[in-house]
Amino acid sequence: MPINESDIEKIAQLAHLEITPEELQIFAPQITDIVAYVEQLNEIDTHGVAPALGGLTPAGEATDSTRPDEVRPSLGQRTALAEAPDAKAGHFRVPKILN
Amino acid sequence: MPTESISAMIEEVRAGGLTARAAVTAAVNAAERLNDPLNAFLQIDRDGAVQRAAAIDENKSTTQPLRGVPIAVKDNLCVIGMQTSCGSKILGDYQAPYNATVIERLIQAGAIIIGKTNCDEFAMGSSNENSAFGPVKNPWDVTRVPGGSSGGSAAAVAAGIVPAALGSDTGGSVRQPASLCGVVGLKPTYGRNSRYGLVAFASSLDQVGIFTRSVGDAAMVLSVIAGRDQLDATTADVPVPNYTTDLTKEVKGLRLGFPRRLFGAGLDSEVRVAVESAMDAYRELGVEIVDVELPHAKYAIAVYYIIATAEASSNLARFDGVRYGFRAEEANELRSMYRRTRDEGFGPEVKRRIMLGTYVLSAGYYEAYYHKAQQVRTLLREDFRKAFESCDAIITPTAPTPAFAIGEKTDDPLAMYLNDIYTVTANLAGVPGMSVPCGLSAEGLPIGLQLLGPYWSEPTLFQLGDAYERARPFTVRPPIHA
Repeated sequence: MPINESDIEKIAQLAHLEITPEELQIFAPQITDIVAYVEQLNEIDTHGVAPALGGLTPAGEATDSTRPDEVRPSLGQRTALAEAPDAKAGHFRVPKILN
Repeated sequence: MPTESISAMIEEVRAGGLTARAAVTAAVNAAERLNDPLNAFLQIDRDGAVQRAAAIDENKSTTQPLRGVPIAVKDNLCVIGMQTSCGSKILGDYQAPYNATVIERLIQAGAIIIGKTNCDEFAMGSSNENSAFGPVKNPWDVTRVPGGSSGGSAAAVAAGIVPAALGSDTGGSVRQPASLCGVVGLKPTYGRNSRYGLVAFASSLDQVGIFTRSVGDAAMVLSVIAGRDQLDATTADVPVPNYTTDLTKEVKGLRLGFPRRLFGAGLDSEVRVAVESAMDAYRELGVEIVDVELPHAKYAIAVYYIIATAEASSNLARFDGVRYGFRAEEANELRSMYRRTRDEGFGPEVKRRIMLGTYVLSAGYYEAYYHKAQQVRTLLREDFRKAFESCDAIITPTAPTPAFAIGEKTDDPLAMYLNDIYTVTANLAGVPGMSVPCGLSAEGLPIGLQLLGPYWSEPTLFQLGDAYERARPFTVRPPIHA
C-alpha cells in the first residue's frame, strides 16, 4: 500500500516528530518501499499460529524474576536531575503545557 | 605495540613482565594515534584508564581473570565517568550515573575500560554511517565501512588497539562488523547477559556481545560477564560454566547443519566459496555436515523490521528533552518542544525507524503487521528447533558480501537492511551466534563464517570456532594496525 506524504505527517505527529517538507519527500517513498517489502509476510499462512510474545527462551520463561519489595538506596534527587536540560528547585522544568 | 591476545597479556601481567599500566598505556596511545584514520573512538579516557591500571598493579594479591586487560566499550553501554551518546546528538555528552552490569563485572574482573566506541545512532545501522559523529572507517580499507552498528568496537579490535571490546547485537550488530573487520564476534543466547545499562533499542532482540581476536578470548570474556542479574528480568537462571574449559575438546563426531537454500541468490561468490571451504575444513576435522532447512529464514528481514522498529518506537519515546540530553531551545510550548527536540536530535535513520514502528503499531495496522510478524517469528523459532534436532550447530556466511564502500548504500535503506539477512534470524529466535574470520576476498577484505547453535550452546560454538581457528589460522593483519 503506497504511503503518501499526508500519511507520513500523521505518523510523525503520533511519534512526536517534526518533519520538514524535504524529509517528507525523502521518507514517503522509502517507507512505502519498506512496507511493500514487509508485506511479503502475507504469503505465509499463519492461521492458528500463536504469536511470539517476546524474546525469552524456555529457561528464561521459567526464571523467577521477582524479588522482595524492599526499600533500597536509589540515585537521589541531585543525581537524577544532574543531566536535565532545565532543572529548578528539585524539579524538571518544561515549557508551558496549557495555553 | 599493544598485546593482541587476552590470554597472552594476562600471562605477561601475572609473570611480572608486563604491568597493567604499560598494557593500558599502549592501548590508549594506539587508540589516540589511530583515531584520525579510523574514527573508532568517541571518547578515550587516558587519565582515568592509566590511573585504574596503576591501582591494579598496586594490588598484587588478586586473582582477577581479566587483570589489566584494556577493553573498549560501545557508546550505548553506561560507564560511570564517561559519556554515553549512543552515537546520537540527542544524548551528546550525557554522563550516566551508574555502570551497566556487564561493565561492573568487567571492572570486578580487573579489566580497564579505556574508552567509548563510535556506533550507528542508537545501534540502528549496518555500516556505521548513521553515527551523528561521522562514520568509522574499516582498518582493512579506509574507503570502506566497518559494518555496524558496533563498527567502532570491531575496528578497535581489528586494528590491534584493544584485545577485546563490547558491542550490542539486535540484528547482527556485533557479528556483521566482526565479519567485515576480520575479528571474532559473539552474540550470546537471549538472557545470557544482563542489559541493565545498555540503552534499549529493541528489547526482545537486544543482547550484549563481544569482539575479540580469538575464539578463546571471547570465551574468557563471556565467562566474566554472563549470568543472572536482578536488575534485568530477562536474564535467565542458567548456570554459567567456565567457557574456556572445554574449548579445545575434539569436534570429531559433531554435526554441522548446512542450510543450502541460504547459499543462493544475493550471496557474493567469494563469500560462498570461503564458507564452503570452511565446511571442508570441518569435514577434515571429522565434523559431519548435514542438510537442514530453515523454511522461514527468507522472511526474517521482513519480520525483523516490523518487530525491531515497533519496539524502537516505544523505547525511544523517552528521549523528549525533559530528563536528560538535548532540548531544542526555541520551543515555547511542551508539545512543540518534544517535536523539535526529536527532529533536531535524531538522525534520518532513527526517524525512519521510529515512524515505521509507529505505523506498524497504529490502529488499523497492528494486526496486519505486528501481530503477523510475531506469528512468523514463532514459525522461525520452530524452524530452528527442528533443525537442531539433527545437528549441533548451523553454519552460514555472516554477511552476504565483504565490506562495501562508504556511501554505497546510504540512499537505499532497504538495500542496507538486506546486509543482515544471515544474522537477524538468531535475534528473532533468541539463539546464540558467532562470526569467525574465514578468509580474505581477492581485494584483501575479510570474510566471516557464522555458527548458530541451540539455546545455551555457547560451549559448542566456542569448541567449533576454536577448532576451525587451529585448523585454518587467520593471521593476516589490516594495513591500519597498532
